[in-house]
Amino acid sequence: MEHITLLIGIVIITALVFDFTNGFHDTANAMATTISTGAMKPKAAVAMSAVLNLVGAFLSVEVAKTISGGIVDESGIRPEVIFAGLVGAIMWNLLTWLVGLPSSSSHALYGGLIGATLFSAGTGAIHADVVMTKVLLPAVAAPLVAGLAALAATRLTYRLARGRDERDTAKGYRSGQIASAALVSLAHGTNDAQKTMGVMTLALITGGVLAPDAGPPFWVIASAGIAIALGTYLGGWRIIRTMGKGLTDISPPQGFSAQTGAATVILASSHLGFGLSTTQVCSGAIMGSGLGRKGGVVRWSTATRMFVAWGLTLPAAGLVGGLSALLAGQGTWGVTAVALAAIAASAWIWVRSRHEKVDHSNVNDVNSADSGDGAGGAATPADTGVLADAVLSVSPPPTEAALAASGEGIPAPRQESSRRPDQQPTTV
Amino acid sequence: MNIDWAALGQVSGVSLVATITIVGVFTLGIVGTSARRSPAAGDATGTGTTGATAASAPSALARSGAYACFALCAAFVAYGIYLIVA
Repeated sequence: MEHITLLIGIVIITALVFDFTNGFHDTANAMATTISTGAMKPKAAVAMSAVLNLVGAFLSVEVAKTISGGIVDESGIRPEVIFAGLVGAIMWNLLTWLVGLPSSSSHALYGGLIGATLFSAGTGAIHADVVMTKVLLPAVAAPLVAGLAALAATRLTYRLARGRDERDTAKGYRSGQIASAALVSLAHGTNDAQKTMGVMTLALITGGVLAPDAGPPFWVIASAGIAIALGTYLGGWRIIRTMGKGLTDISPPQGFSAQTGAATVILASSHLGFGLSTTQVCSGAIMGSGLGRKGGVVRWSTATRMFVAWGLTLPAAGLVGGLSALLAGQGTWGVTAVALAAIAASAWIWVRSRHEKVDHSNVNDVNSADSGDGAGGAATPADTGVLADAVLSVSPPPTEAALAASGEGIPAPRQESSRRPDQQPTTV
Repeated sequence: MNIDWAALGQVSGVSLVATITIVGVFTLGIVGTSARRSPAAGDATGTGTTGATAASAPSALARSGAYACFALCAAFVAYGIYLIVA
């Protein structure tokens, strides 16, 4: 550790920050349905997920060794570029968290790194075909495969358990769901913590601290594991709400089918060497289970917003990463400027997130009037339109709770149209 | 640009079959351990149809079969952990 320069130190801290955002961004993957079906209490669920992520981080270093070896040409990479890429990824993760949309943290990382490399080393350093086969194709395939599997499984389980009382079977389904969610958490810790380890190792290698073919040292593994576990424990409640309640209504059999499908797809794909995004797999599985139940619905408006976010992940994180790379390439002041800008933007996003707070206490609350400390009940009807508009622009899709809160505790109707700013609740 | 259709197909096929199998087996376990819904169950009163063997508890055979199903699922989970670690 003695030869680490300031720049490498900054890169490593940034990588850990990314790891942290990755953790709280992806808590939803394993735990959204577990929480929304009531299989586990919110706090207990994120705690279990955090522990399993930490354990998972120590299980393997295979992914860490390959992260640097494909998408970008590592010979042209300098620590500033990695730093810029990470900044792009962090910004995208925070922004999607603010609006409560699940999007792939891995894609954000790839996008940031690709953008930073493009802007600093030119197009030659990007392996376009690798981007296509490792990022774009899986992004289309993941939700389809997982959705199909969950759809078929949901159909099957409802058919088989036809003659049974739902109250009687719910407990069993919930236990099964916990097991599946645990597997997803463990796999997530193994895969995603390793991505950060890989980036940290890459930075250490480019800085000449480690030999080119070295694996991650222990302190890298430990710090990456702890960062992702802390992020997971903090919980990205906004995204959990979208995935658990926003995409579709989930009952225990559906939650079990979706989570099992997701676990299976993640394990099968990582075992067979076909990288799929955990987030996309889980979202797809949840939608599939929504379609699989008789009378089940998928809220396509929310789903569409999510798809748009997926499409934007790579270019948006890439753009931020690229601009940061341009600035950081100017020398020490450039790096400092990027770091300060990133901190300022994060602080702004955090402040915005306080306006409509979503945490463990109201994560399942889509329909009840829970006036947090945000758009409180003091709003006069005249403000409601403006407020709703503001809320719409920054808040997670299922904003019935927010609207209900701004409408002085009137339970909002569940229809999508009720969220339009021009249609205020008129009852009472 | 060579898209690895074989890997994609393999992942899809394996995922589909495995998910359906596991969910199916687990559901059989649940069916085996839960009581059959009597015809008059639900929110109706127990006046039900003629001589309904109301909410008959599962037989010993069904119960042991169900435990075998759960054991199989536990084995799947163990294999999953093995895949993560390996």
